[in-house]
Amino acid sequence: MTTMAPASTPVALRRNVELTVDGEPVTVPEGSTILEACRAQGIEVPTLCYLETLAPVNVCRVCVVELEGSRALVPSCSRPVAAGMVVHTASERVRTSRRMVLELLASSVDLSTADGDVHRWIDEYGARPERHGPSAPPGDRDHAHAGHHEPPEVGLAATVAQVVKRDNDQYVRDYSKCILCYKCVEACGEEAQNTFAIAVAGRGFDARISTELDVALPDSACVYCGNCIAVCPTGALMFVSEHDLRAQGEWDEDRQEVTRTVCPYCGVGCNLELHVQDNRIVKVTSPLDHDVTSGNLCVKGRFGFEFAQGGG
Amino acid sequence: MFGAGGGTSSYREIEETDLVVLWGSNAREAHPIFFHHLLKGLRRGAKMYAVDPRRSTSAQWADAWLGIDVGSDIALANTVGREIIKAGLVNIEFVRRSTTGFDEYAAAVEPFTLAEGERLTGVPASVIADFAHDYARADRAQLCWTLGITEHHTATDNVLALCNLSLLTGHVGRYGSGLVPLRGQNNVQGGGDMGALPNKFPGFQDVEDDAIRAKFDAAWGVTVPAQRGWHLAQMFDAMERGDLRALYVLGENPAQSEADNHRAVRLLEGLDHLVVQDIFLTKTAQLADVVLPAAVAAFESEGTVTSSERRVQRLRPALRPPEGARDDVEILGELARRLGSDWGHPSAEEVWDECRSLSPMHAGMRYDRLEALGGIQWPCPSEDHPGTPFLHGRLWEEDPDRRGRLAPFSPVAFEPPLDELTEEFPVRLTTGRRLDSFNTGVQSGGYASPLRRPETLDLSPEDMAALGLAEGELVEVTSRRGSITVPVHLERSLRPGLAFMTLHFPDQADTNVLTLDTWDPKSGTAEFKATAVRVDRLPEAVGAEPVAEPVAEKLEVG
Repeated sequence: MTTMAPASTPVALRRNVELTVDGEPVTVPEGSTILEACRAQGIEVPTLCYLETLAPVNVCRVCVVELEGSRALVPSCSRPVAAGMVVHTASERVRTSRRMVLELLASSVDLSTADGDVHRWIDEYGARPERHGPSAPPGDRDHAHAGHHEPPEVGLAATVAQVVKRDNDQYVRDYSKCILCYKCVEACGEEAQNTFAIAVAGRGFDARISTELDVALPDSACVYCGNCIAVCPTGALMFVSEHDLRAQGEWDEDRQEVTRTVCPYCGVGCNLELHVQDNRIVKVTSPLDHDVTSGNLCVKGRFGFEFAQGGG
Repeated sequence: MFGAGGGTSSYREIEETDLVVLWGSNAREAHPIFFHHLLKGLRRGAKMYAVDPRRSTSAQWADAWLGIDVGSDIALANTVGREIIKAGLVNIEFVRRSTTGFDEYAAAVEPFTLAEGERLTGVPASVIADFAHDYARADRAQLCWTLGITEHHTATDNVLALCNLSLLTGHVGRYGSGLVPLRGQNNVQGGGDMGALPNKFPGFQDVEDDAIRAKFDAAWGVTVPAQRGWHLAQMFDAMERGDLRALYVLGENPAQSEADNHRAVRLLEGLDHLVVQDIFLTKTAQLADVVLPAAVAAFESEGTVTSSERRVQRLRPALRPPEGARDDVEILGELARRLGSDWGHPSAEEVWDECRSLSPMHAGMRYDRLEALGGIQWPCPSEDHPGTPFLHGRLWEEDPDRRGRLAPFSPVAFEPPLDELTEEFPVRLTTGRRLDSFNTGVQSGGYASPLRRPETLDLSPEDMAALGLAEGELVEVTSRRGSITVPVHLERSLRPGLAFMTLHFPDQADTNVLTLDTWDPKSGTAEFKATAVRVDRLPEAVGAEPVAEPVAEKLEVG
């Protein structure tokens, strides 16, 4: 195996690697992933658990591609390119695999607030979640133990439905919408915040995101940085402000303007993206592509804006 | 540092350094996103030392915690310096080529043996030695600090003591090696950059330099006074003497943020005229003759701020200010007009462009470049300059002309905190921030923080037990300035004899009634970090049934 330059090496200093994607020659810097090579060619590869600021965890399998010489399909988000690779992104095998992933997720998870791309992919890949039958009634997932899984009645689709968790003033956790992409766990853990308030509990279909011993968030290690919410692709994790506006039918992204400014608290200089609707801040995010934050904030930057709108 | 008032390094460098020192900084709570960069460094294998009286949530990440006695930082730094010299770990080539004053420094630290260092700081001699050796031997090392270094009567000397260590080891002016003062507010650095200092114009240009002053006189069409002004602490002393009779306060709440605030309020009340420009009717604004309602800088106006890595970034308005509140630039312009000087109606960008024309270190920072580059780190002397990720690389140049002015060692003497511990006041009270709150709570009090809890006097388990106190019990805390009543909270990060409070809830528990307003003569910073107090149970509590189980019993179980 050739030694690769570390990913932190500036792109301009890395050697180029040639490979073939869907019959076309592609040249990318060494250390790139197949996903990056595809994107460089303008080829769309669906992703769910991938985010450019997090190390790939390879769990969703929706980004798989066919690699000649490889027995199994490979996750493009994490597989580095190698010289001479021949990659197919739209073969029947790839399409079938992606369709299955999307169909099983859509049959078991409430995707109503997921990124728009997810719904487009469901259509494009011909996923038919309805063929698994109507949803089974929700079970008590938080207390499911390994080996005690009970399948639903024949003809009903098992789901991850559970009661919405609202146990503090800033977060709403609706795990009926969770596709177990692990992004929140990674953002809370080693990839950013290093607080480790949440992890995946349970096995198999009973796996779910949980605090330690399923305690309420205020009793957990959570420090309310909101970095888990910022990376959630389905709206399972949501700020109370957004959740309540949606519940009132008032959430309207067409009426929102996003303005970039600098946090008014400490001297680190985190960039804030203020999402403003009707002259009120309804959500705060940070740009993923800015070196200071990589999209992350602390509790003050994320929530400490009320003083500017009469909350002081 | 060495002539420029800013940190030498970029945040990125701490991700790729070999040794991290956090000295008087609880960045995990006070600068959380900087701490993310630091954690990346630890994940890549960097070693970490934390110097802090508290085993703070930052110190808990360190390989070694140096639980220093409050205010003994210079003693520790001098001991570390002496040990580096004695162990033969000085970067001789760097010291010879790039610094001056080594011999005087070596003589000044000579009395600080490891044993003496242990006696003065409370840190075991072997740990001081390990720290000295690791810092000196590291290929790259970042030395970071915050208000634990600067909120002392020896603030400037504390900083110089740390700078001396970087010179001794050559840990400055290289990628990954530097000095990182983390700024407490989003534009503390920018305030200094812009000349909001008694002796500086924008770009750290000296007011007392005739040529510099002539440049500004010509540009502004006025004659700027040839002498430096007063810093904040000197202003309060001038109020006391009756030399300062009128005050214009912009976005500051000295009636609550000043140490010994009984005195501060008395002096503010005694002024002939007080003008306060703020977004809120703060305690200070309530004392004012005139209040000028301002827009929220970060959310409602255009402008720039400078971060702790010298990165100038743009603020942009996202909200319309409430009726009657105006942008700071507009208010100042109107004030100037009524005082007989018409500045027109400059936009924030026009004001900035004038600054660029007068401050060489900002010259290349056009608004559109700040936008395109995600901010620019000063100095940026021309419009094709990318900005400067780390300072003082020149010190490593072979060519003496390019190396420029050498960096001077600054021998500093150790003086313990002024507010002495005695039998009457046996407990050392120090102050700091909590993760979810900020300063006097004017900004942070308004949001529903799930982490917020009221002010407490935090005490070590040992002191709680010795005083027979139960969690949440009200106590009276008394210093030589005053007394307050506050609930106690058991805090395992504290050692016996050390107490902790924040400044976040002055309406509930006014910590600054207790603090001492003696200040560093060089920087004007008050000694918020070292107060001598006594903790008493309230008279009605003595002998009464405890409100909760006394801590002593819990400790025996635990």
